[in-house]
Amino acid sequence: MTDKTIEIEILRYRPEQDEKPFPQQFEVPYHPDMSILEALQYIKDHLDSTVSFRWSCRMAICGSCGLMVNNIPKLGCKAFLRDYYPQKVKLEALANFPIERDLIVVMDDFIKKLEEIKPYIIPESDDKCLSEGTYKQTPEQMEKYAKFSMCINCGLCYSACPQYGLDKNFTGPAALALLARYNRDSRDAGSAERMKIVNQEQGVWSCTFVGYCSVVCPKGVDPAAAIQLLKVESSKDYLIGMFKPD
Amino acid sequence: MQIIKTDVAIIGAGGSGLRAAIEIAENYPQLDVALISKVYPMRSHTVAAEGGAAGVVQDSDSLDQHFDDTVSGGDWLCEQDVVQYFVENAAKQLTQLEHWGCPWSRKADGNINVRAFGGMKKERTWFAADKSGFHILHTLFQTSLKHPKITRFDEHFCLDLVVENNKIQGVVILDIAEGEAKLIQAKSVIMATGGAGRVYTYNTNGGIVTGDGMSLAYRHGVALRDMEFIQYHPTGLPGSGILMTEGCRGEGGVLINKNGYRYLQDYGLGPETPLGQPKNKHMELGPRDKISQCFWQEQQKGNVITGDRGDVVYLDLRHLGETKINERLPFIRELAKAYVGVDPVHEPIPVRPTVHYTMGGITTNAKTETSLTGLYAIGECASVGLHGANRLGSNSLSELAVFGQLAGQQAAEYAQQAEHHTIKPLQEKAQKIIARTEALLHSNGNEKMADIRQEMGDCMEEGVGIYRTQTSMQKTIDKLAELKARYKHININDKSSVFNTEFLYAIELGYLLDTAEAIAHSAIARQESRGSHQRIDEFNTRNDVHFLKHSLAYYQADKAPIIKYSDVTITKSQPAERVYGAASETKEK
Repeated sequence: MTDKTIEIEILRYRPEQDEKPFPQQFEVPYHPDMSILEALQYIKDHLDSTVSFRWSCRMAICGSCGLMVNNIPKLGCKAFLRDYYPQKVKLEALANFPIERDLIVVMDDFIKKLEEIKPYIIPESDDKCLSEGTYKQTPEQMEKYAKFSMCINCGLCYSACPQYGLDKNFTGPAALALLARYNRDSRDAGSAERMKIVNQEQGVWSCTFVGYCSVVCPKGVDPAAAIQLLKVESSKDYLIGMFKPD
Repeated sequence: MQIIKTDVAIIGAGGSGLRAAIEIAENYPQLDVALISKVYPMRSHTVAAEGGAAGVVQDSDSLDQHFDDTVSGGDWLCEQDVVQYFVENAAKQLTQLEHWGCPWSRKADGNINVRAFGGMKKERTWFAADKSGFHILHTLFQTSLKHPKITRFDEHFCLDLVVENNKIQGVVILDIAEGEAKLIQAKSVIMATGGAGRVYTYNTNGGIVTGDGMSLAYRHGVALRDMEFIQYHPTGLPGSGILMTEGCRGEGGVLINKNGYRYLQDYGLGPETPLGQPKNKHMELGPRDKISQCFWQEQQKGNVITGDRGDVVYLDLRHLGETKINERLPFIRELAKAYVGVDPVHEPIPVRPTVHYTMGGITTNAKTETSLTGLYAIGECASVGLHGANRLGSNSLSELAVFGQLAGQQAAEYAQQAEHHTIKPLQEKAQKIIARTEALLHSNGNEKMADIRQEMGDCMEEGVGIYRTQTSMQKTIDKLAELKARYKHININDKSSVFNTEFLYAIELGYLLDTAEAIAHSAIARQESRGSHQRIDEFNTRNDVHFLKHSLAYYQADKAPIIKYSDVTITKSQPAERVYGAASETKEK
C-alpha cells in the first residue's frame, strides 16, 4: 500500500432504518491494481462493516457485483481505481432496479424475464438418446450463437436500457439475447414458440435501438445486435402471417 | 416460522446440485425438489472453472487409461470402484450436457474436440473454449427452468440440518433478503455446497467457497475424509490468485523461471519437450501437485522472479500466436490484461501456485450416501473417493455430471419409500437453531472478524501449504484453536435483518474455522508424504504399510477432532511408484 488515498462515496440505504438513500464518504488507501470491489471489501473490513454488496468470483464471470460507478453500470471486480484516481468515485446500486439495500438491487424481475423466454433446447422430436452420441455442430454453426451464449446475467444492460427504465414490461436486452442464443442454435427446434415472445409489444419492438446495452456489456455479448436480428425474424413472421393467417 | 414440505432438498445450486435436481425432475416427476442456494445459481463457483471436463472419446484412448491416470494421479488413494464407475459414465454425462445445449468446442467436422490436460495420457478433456464451467453451469441452470417441480430458494442461506431419529428430516434456511428463517422439511437432502478454498489467503475461489456443507455435515457427526489433501493450482495470478487454466499448458504454454529456463525438467518431469509440441504426462503436462511443488523448490533456489505482488514464475503462451490464443484461451487473455496488465500474446504471464481445490470432503460411499441416513453429498464438498491424494485437472467437472446424476437418483429412490416425520419435534429443533442464530447475531465482543479471517488464511498457508513439517502444522493447529476461541467473542455491528452480509460472513467464518481445523489435524496425523500432502521432515516418503488409508476427521466441538482411518478400495491397480516424464515411458515398456 502507498500513502495515497482515494475518496469513495457510497449511496447507502437500509430499509429498516433509513427513510431514503443517502451518500456516505469513505477514504480508502489507493493502489493502482485495486478494483472497486477490493475497495468495497476494504471499507467493509476496516471502515464500516454494515456496507452491503454482492460479490463472489472476483474475475468477471459470476455476474454478482454490478453497480453504478460514476453513473455508469460496471462490474465492481473489473473496474479499477486507477481509472478514476485522483478523482472521487461515486458508487450506487444498479439503476432501473429497486434497491434492496445499499448496493444490492432486487433482481427478481430480471430473473423472471430469463425464465420466461424458454432458455433451453427444445428438441425436434423426443429427446435424442444418449447412446446416439452428441449432435454434430460445426464451428460455423456455433459461431451463429456463440456470442449470445456469453451472458453472465449481471444485469448491467438493464441498468443501461432507457426503455426498461420507462417500462418494466419490456423483455429487455439480456433475456432477448439469450432467446436469440437458443433460436440460433442448430440443435434447437423451439423458435416458433419463442417468436411469440419476440413478436409481442413488450418483445423486440419495444427496443428503440439506443445500443447502450451493448456498450456497457462486460462480456461483449452485444444484446443490441441480438435484438436487431430478432427484429428481422419478427418482420418475416409478420409477412408470412399476412399471407398465411393461423 | 414458515414450514415448507418437499421430498428432496438440495443445498447448493452449482453444477452438481443442478444436475441432481434435473435428474429428479425428469425421472421422478411425482417428487418435489427444493433447490436452495445462498446465491443465484449462476453465481455458484462452478462458473469459474475454465479448462474442461474429462471423458474418453478418442479411438486411441480407453477407459483403462483414464482409470490408470486418475488412480496414479491420486497416488493410489482413490476408491477404485468409484473411479471405474466414473470413467465409464463420464463421456455419457458430458454428452447429456451437450444435448441440453452446452456449447462444447468442436472440430471442423462438427464432432466434439478434446484437449490435453495435466497427468492425462491421452487428450480427453472436453472444453468450451476456456469457459467450460461457465457454460456447464448456465446450461444446467437454464435447463432446470424447464421443470416446474424444482422450486428454487435463491439467496437462502443454510443455517443447519434438522436431524431426528438418526435421520435427516430437513434443513433450516434463512431468506437473506427478508431475514426470515424457514424450515424445509424433506425426506432426503443432497449436500452440494462446493469446496472450502477460502480457508487459505491465496486461492482461486470465489468468496462464497466457505466450506458450509462440509462443516454442517461434520458438526452432525459425519466424518470428513482426506481433508489434508489440498490442491494448489500451479498457475494463479499473484496477489488475487485468479486462475490461469491448465488448458494454457494443454495448448502448449510453458513455465519458465527467472533465467528463462524450463525448470520442470529438473524435477522428474523432463526431458524438455520442444516448444509448441506438448507431450502428455511430460513437463508442463505433469500433475498439479508436482508442478506446484517445483515452484517451491525453485523459490528455495532463488530462481523465481520477485515482483510487487510476490514471487512468481512465468507462464509463456507467446509462441501459440494470437489466433490460437483468441480461439482457445480468450478469457485468459482478458483476465491477464485486466488483472496483471499483461497481454499474453506479447508477454509471459506472471503466475504462482494458489489454493484451488479440496480433494477431501464429506465421506460418502460409491453411491453418494453419507453415514447420516437420508443425507447425500456430491461435488467438491463430498469425498466420494474419486480424487485420492491429488485430483487431475478436468476430472471434477465430469464428477459434477456423473455423481450429480447418481445422487439425484439415489436421493429420489430414498424419498420415494420414506415418510415425512411428524412436524412437532422438527419445529422444536428448528426453533433452537433459530434461537442460536439470533444469539450469534447479537455478538458484541471485541474481536474483529476480518482479523480472524486473515490470520486463519495466513496460518493455513504457513503450516499446511505445499510443503509441511510437524512444527509448522502444530503451529497452525495451535493458532486455529486460538482463533476458534476468539471467534466466540466477535463483534457484529450490523443487527439488521435485510441482506445482512456481515452476519452471513460471521456464520461462514464459523464454517471455515471448523473446516480448517479438520484439514490441519488430518494433515499432522498423516506421517508420510503422498500426493498433495508433502512433508519435509522425517516423513518425506510415501508409506503404504501404515498410510495407504483414508483419514477420517470426526468433529469434537471445542476439542481437537478425532482422526481415524479406513481402508482404500483397490480393485485392479496395486500401488506402484508414481512417475511422469521419461520414467513413465520406461515403466510402460
